[in-house]
Amino acid sequence: MHTAALLIELGAVILGLGLVGRLAGTLGISPVPLYLLAGLAFGAGGIFPLNAPEEFLDAASEIGVVMLLLLLGLEYTAGDLLGNLRRQAPVGVLDLFLNGLPGAAFGLLLGYGPVGALAMFGITAVSSSGIVAKVLADLGRLGNRETPSVLGILVLEDLGMAVYLPVLTAVLAASGVWEATGSVAVALACLAVALVVALRWGAVISRFVSAGSNEVTLLRVLGLALLVAGVAEQLHVSAAVGAFLLGIALSNDLDEEAHRSLEPLRDLFGAVFFVSFGLTTDPSTLPPVLLPAAGLVVLGVLTKLVTGWFAAKRAGIAVPGRIRAGAALVPRGEFSIVIAGLATAAGLDPQLAALAAAYVLSMAVLGPLLARWADPVARRYVRRQRERAATAR
Amino acid sequence: MDLEETKLPGVGLRHDFTTARGRRIGVVSQRGGDRELLLYSQDDPDACHAVVDLDPDEAEVLAELLGQPRVVERLARLREQVEGLATEGIYVEPGSPFDGRTLGDAAIRSRTGASVVALVRAGEVLPSPAPSQRFQAGDKVVVVGTQEGVRATADVLANG
Repeated sequence: MHTAALLIELGAVILGLGLVGRLAGTLGISPVPLYLLAGLAFGAGGIFPLNAPEEFLDAASEIGVVMLLLLLGLEYTAGDLLGNLRRQAPVGVLDLFLNGLPGAAFGLLLGYGPVGALAMFGITAVSSSGIVAKVLADLGRLGNRETPSVLGILVLEDLGMAVYLPVLTAVLAASGVWEATGSVAVALACLAVALVVALRWGAVISRFVSAGSNEVTLLRVLGLALLVAGVAEQLHVSAAVGAFLLGIALSNDLDEEAHRSLEPLRDLFGAVFFVSFGLTTDPSTLPPVLLPAAGLVVLGVLTKLVTGWFAAKRAGIAVPGRIRAGAALVPRGEFSIVIAGLATAAGLDPQLAALAAAYVLSMAVLGPLLARWADPVARRYVRRQRERAATAR
Repeated sequence: MDLEETKLPGVGLRHDFTTARGRRIGVVSQRGGDRELLLYSQDDPDACHAVVDLDPDEAEVLAELLGQPRVVERLARLREQVEGLATEGIYVEPGSPFDGRTLGDAAIRSRTGASVVALVRAGEVLPSPAPSQRFQAGDKVVVVGTQEGVRATADVLANG
């Protein structure tokens, strides 16, 4: 009886996601906001409350975070990280503070306290690497000359998150200022060790997980990822960062095929992660946060436009490319939800989760659309410049 | 010509250069083996005017098409450099005794002293063919050797 209920409800959720995903494909937007909406609709207080198997979904969504971050890490080699850090560090710092500080200010104004403000900093600062990379590929912009700047910012943000998440996890877990400082220090020390291991001995780890058959490699990578994530969580470095670092360690030598075989797992568990966040957010908490969310959205779009403008300008890109770079950076996604999830799990104001959900929903929809609109805007600019040049002659 | 190489984190590599006539073109090499052929816009030099997605096989065919004249060029240069060396492309006519048989069967080197350096089949160059490679009617057999050796090879391929 229990099994039947579990299978039916799980099947309904996953099938629902499949249908929603198809809709996203037709509309040409990222499925992330639709997954969140589905979660809101199915959850407690939603339009169609489903008695979802919570324990299973919780576990699956934890695995989802690990998979999302593992695959993100696999995209970057150590060389990518260090190279971008050397070349683009000022842009990365500008990006994080320009986009994070308004969020932190809102957090304080809304009374979430300093820890809540720290969480809001992260939620608004980080673009979604997944959505941005997909948008750039879909719009055929991988070859554009501003694209390396955009991708460079994503790399630095993700690297910044590898420092930010342990700090946040440690602060959330600690009760006093001193304990917080201590656990932050421990978390950062663990991070440093893990980073060195990842950069130095990545090849050894890759050799360990690489087996002849894809099936065995898959099991080894997945097992190791969950183990590392668990240990990282225990040390307050956060499971997400553990998985991300493992991904970086493996990125150089793990062959492309093993990498591809992990993607379906990421897609499945990643989707469950977004739904599960929607499920735990009560839709009735949304209306009161809509106004601050709208304010954050406007600010978040503007600050990313400025960031993209500066990053592209620094790389010697002309005005149209600067507009495109800024618009491409607008989408927020997985990291914002990971941070909001951590914050609510630690017992912070549940309103924060609702605000994060509304924010990510808007940004994940608006971002790809803005990126698309940047093209006609840039073209109009080029045409006007040409006309001006013609009349001057 | 200035070939620029740019790393695209999480994607792969981009190579691009400006042609003598001022068009900028490039290739994105994705890590999975897919390629994108880029033609940059003339109005907005940072953007692409057209992008063509190529899977690994298509990219290889394109590369061979673009590289092929250079093989011929190089052969021509080789001929200039070494006096007395003859190269020729000899067609395997339908009805040739070697249509469908292997390079080893023809024993061209031991019989004529000339070497087969490449086969050109349906526009594709097969360089350094192995002895097990089979001839097909319509193949162009690129032979290098003395004048007599090349002539003898044509005779072997036509009459056995």
